[in-house]
Amino acid sequence: MRKYQAVIIGGGSAGLAAAVTMKQNGIDDILVIEKDREPGGILQQCIHNGFGLQTFKEQLSGPAYAERFIDQAEELGVKILLNTMVTHLSKDRVIEYVNPEEGCVQIQADAVILAVGCYERSRGALAIPGERPAGVFTAGQAQRYLNIEGYLVGKKVFILGSGDIGLIMARRMTLEGAKVYGVAELMPYSNGLPRNIQQCLNDFNIPLYLSHTVTHIYGKDRLERIELSAVDENRKPIPGSEQYFDVDTLLLSVGLIPENHLAEEAGVKLDPRTKGPVVDEDYMTNVEGIFSCGNGLHVHDLVDFVTLQAQRAAAGAVRYLKEGQKTKPSVKAEPGNGIGYVVPAVIHPGEVSGTKEFFFRIKAPVDKAVVKAVCGGRVIRQRNRTKMVPSEMERITLTEKELNELDGDLVIEMEEIL
Amino acid sequence: MSERKELICVNCPMGCRVTVELERKEVLSVTGNSCPRGREYAIQECIQPMRILTSTVRIEGAGARVLPVITEEAIPLEKMDEAMEEIRNVTVHAPVQIGTVILDNLAGTGVKLTASRSMH
Repeated sequence: MRKYQAVIIGGGSAGLAAAVTMKQNGIDDILVIEKDREPGGILQQCIHNGFGLQTFKEQLSGPAYAERFIDQAEELGVKILLNTMVTHLSKDRVIEYVNPEEGCVQIQADAVILAVGCYERSRGALAIPGERPAGVFTAGQAQRYLNIEGYLVGKKVFILGSGDIGLIMARRMTLEGAKVYGVAELMPYSNGLPRNIQQCLNDFNIPLYLSHTVTHIYGKDRLERIELSAVDENRKPIPGSEQYFDVDTLLLSVGLIPENHLAEEAGVKLDPRTKGPVVDEDYMTNVEGIFSCGNGLHVHDLVDFVTLQAQRAAAGAVRYLKEGQKTKPSVKAEPGNGIGYVVPAVIHPGEVSGTKEFFFRIKAPVDKAVVKAVCGGRVIRQRNRTKMVPSEMERITLTEKELNELDGDLVIEMEEIL
Repeated sequence: MSERKELICVNCPMGCRVTVELERKEVLSVTGNSCPRGREYAIQECIQPMRILTSTVRIEGAGARVLPVITEEAIPLEKMDEAMEEIRNVTVHAPVQIGTVILDNLAGTGVKLTASRSMH
């Protein structure tokens, strides 16, 4: 069985950044495994601009952002296996993959970085009543058809869910000549970035129906009509509020879920809040030598944060390969009042090197608030923030000294300023 | 009487909520922006909204059927339909390098349309 120092599963934004960082830090014997026919991951279908403002101080398209890392990986001689699917991962870091050239192959790695991305919630997960015609797509599926394969999936479109991909597809399909009748959002606020409400909906006069959902799907072979209903404060449809749209396409942009079949098989503990692995400040999971980053760890709204965390995970893996597992007892980083989750969620006081960012999302929109990092009633750091929304990931940075001096669990909490 | 306009800056994913105070179409003040580009955006938005356009053009001789393209600078929002019409009629041939100019003067705006990735 071929052995590698490190194997990175996934050649998207997280996997490429991790591979580049490992090579730059002198770990040469690495392999990236990618299931698609080219590296770059989901960035290749995100042809809109707005990527890289933090990483490169420029506004790049998704493919242009990916190309920078693909070029770097190539220059550094990173070995990338394409058209290759990882089918199994064990806790001893034995990886089984399959591809058309080699068939089924087993390899072993001293460190594994999971950079597997996420998948879209589908119609099945929502249980929308009605018939099951063609024409119901996830937004990302429609995006791939249009931006990679060159097919417009429909002409008369309605979108359920105000996630960013849905908003971006509303604009993209409108520009390609489709009529987008509206975007419905179950919650009383949008789940997409505010800029996308402006430039994808408002710019094209596409209505956003807040506190609304699709309650029925009609159509024998192809989608013919949808029923839209207003919902009450308990998100239950209000009888009598139904309206109908004659559309041939319904796009679903109703959430992304970290892909973790391999992690679970290897015994990696998942956080029910993020649905991704629980990781420490080096992005190592509870299984020694297995790391996680990118959308497989938790779903991001900015690729810049994916890159940053992948670099942290790679640095963590490099440290692990050189120094082995951390031995001191760990503490937790927990979400407190108003906070949905915190990543990373485990800290090793006394063994932390360098400043660390803690990423979190708030539970509900808030106008003005103070965000605090607290340990045993002691406020370590606080920041005033305005206009926070759950769709925008937030972060708070703690220094090496602050983290090494922790004598209990770290709680990230929020207090609204009225 | 001055008028207030609430805008969302689209320059970057921060999406600052910017307030513009206007009097007879004259901008009196811009608040809420966190960088100079937010101020520029707000003033421009009151005169003529400008946007970056991204799309795809047909490509022959590559593995993929379409090549992603992007305008080098923002173009007037009202020119989008005309720009898309021009983009629809373009076919390029592989190989293409990122940054290659696909159209020199998109919809008469004087702005270049370029390849937003390389394709071989």
